[in-house]
Amino acid sequence: MAEIKLEDIIKEENLVYKKSEVMTDNTLHYCPGCGHGTAHRLIAEVIEEMGIQGETIGVTPVGCSVLMYNYLDIDMQEAAHGRAPAVATALKRTMPNKYVFTYQGDGDLAAIGTAETIHACNRGENIAIFFINNGIYGMTGGQMAPTTLPGMKSSTSPYGRIAEMMGGPIKMTELVAQLDGTHYVTRQAVHTPRHVRKAKKAVRQAFENQTLKKGVSFVEIVSNCNSGWKLPPVEANKWLVENMLPFYELGDIKLNGELVNK
Amino acid sequence: MDKELRLMKGNEAIAEAAIRCGTDAYFGYPITPQSEVIEYLMSEKPHERTGMVVLQAESEVAAINMVYGAAGAGRKVMTSSSSPGVSLKQEGISYIAGAELPALIVNVVRGGPGLGTIQPGQGDYFQSVKGGGHGDYKLIVLAPASVQEMYDFVKLSFELGFKYRNPVLIQTDGVIGQMMEKVELGPQEVLRTPEEIEKECPWGTTGKKPNRERNIITSLELDAYKMEKFNLKLIEKYKKIQENEVRFEKIECDDAEYVIIAYGSSARIAQKAIKIARAKGIKVGLLRPITLFPFPIKQIRELIPQVKGFLSVEMSAGQMVEDIRLAVNGERPVEHFGRMGGVIPAAEEIVTALEQKLIGG
Repeated sequence: MAEIKLEDIIKEENLVYKKSEVMTDNTLHYCPGCGHGTAHRLIAEVIEEMGIQGETIGVTPVGCSVLMYNYLDIDMQEAAHGRAPAVATALKRTMPNKYVFTYQGDGDLAAIGTAETIHACNRGENIAIFFINNGIYGMTGGQMAPTTLPGMKSSTSPYGRIAEMMGGPIKMTELVAQLDGTHYVTRQAVHTPRHVRKAKKAVRQAFENQTLKKGVSFVEIVSNCNSGWKLPPVEANKWLVENMLPFYELGDIKLNGELVNK
Repeated sequence: MDKELRLMKGNEAIAEAAIRCGTDAYFGYPITPQSEVIEYLMSEKPHERTGMVVLQAESEVAAINMVYGAAGAGRKVMTSSSSPGVSLKQEGISYIAGAELPALIVNVVRGGPGLGTIQPGQGDYFQSVKGGGHGDYKLIVLAPASVQEMYDFVKLSFELGFKYRNPVLIQTDGVIGQMMEKVELGPQEVLRTPEEIEKECPWGTTGKKPNRERNIITSLELDAYKMEKFNLKLIEKYKKIQENEVRFEKIECDDAEYVIIAYGSSARIAQKAIKIARAKGIKVGLLRPITLFPFPIKQIRELIPQVKGFLSVEMSAGQMVEDIRLAVNGERPVEHFGRMGGVIPAAEEIVTALEQKLIGG
């Protein structure tokens, strides 16, 4: 049997997967196992597939993904904490034919930026909002987030979140779905290949919707934070399935401006 | 062509100037005594007149971050507010300064602190010229003393803002904002095309073109040495602004033995005070800083040999007086006279203060 050489395999025609052209060569700073890298990749792939690299402007948050602009090869603005929907509003209003999106974590979108999120959604800005919900503040070291589950431990709820004392987790996605200004609202996840594929469809839908000028496309991606949750990556994904997903139910909440009946 | 003259409120002049000088966008939130700016803009339908975007935001915080977004795309963009609202904007102003974006912020100052009063004040001087938000930065600060200057300084602000890639603040007050005067209007300018904006602002996030690297608007730098390098670059820029952009007006200073230093509406009242004082035989002049940053340090120092003392007149507890003292550096007495809480000083009071605090009569 003839020996198979590596260089015989690495050929264009054998290529089944490659890094998106819209992703830079910078090394991601995220912890191994984190969902941010996957979510970034989906956005990059969709931008590449739609051929809108030169027409897209992204707005990054404050949080773990503050440096997202190092990884996507598109024009980007780094917003103040929670203000990304306001920044995106101005970008879209002054450049209505461009594709504009925000990428925000749960602290950014559902705590300090609640007003900006709700009002951008209520005005029906023609933008996409990608909301990464991992139920914790990752960058600052694992503090309680507005989306932290009841009983969940964090550095500012060391004995578990006590809803009576600290309030319960907020479902921003269900909340914004109630507003007339949102056109497409969905909750996805990226912990299995199947979920990644579904999430990518949602990301694509959110970008495509911008040409309709019918309001906000809001895509929540339930993600893990193995460092903040203090679990190994595989365990973190299990914990996500057993604890996050029963509370943050996956699926479409609003399609074509109509609430989905469940 | 005949001059186009109109009787307008100061706040309306700001709004009309914004439309006429080709402003791309205005984002604001109502607050007394400057709500006429957004009301006028909304009633004028600038989206039809020029294509200008006007949006009432959910808060001053959102409004200034909208300014950040549009400015980052090279747009001529502005907001306006009054003192408590401008406090809320400080976060965004710091980010705009940190990202080196041109933008215009108008502060129609009222008395404070806190919710304070809706009557005019000048107590935001420190906030305007000493940074206001967090971090080492400066704004270019213009202080109009008439409705005409309210109109003229909008265009000037954008010129300076784009020249230095720096936010510009017009610090005016409830008197100038609310009073009506004759204004000579400039011609209607058309908005720059997207292509012209891309050419003028190659740094803007207008969509990455194949012939350039991606543009990133940010104020974040985690490497301390790189951040310090950026801080030094800002200092160099502010030095250049101090050298080149000082604006001031001198009135009856040639033979003056005493000089009042006042800006905005206080300078208007001080002019009347000079007349009263001169009728009494006191040789007094007025130096009116038009730029509060850059402050007319050199122009003040040039007066030292001929002058026995300076009087700062402000509608505050004494803020600009500190900068005058720094300029004079102890070589002459520098006194302060101010009214606060929305009380406007009377010309006679200023003369009395001059006599009691400086002349010793």
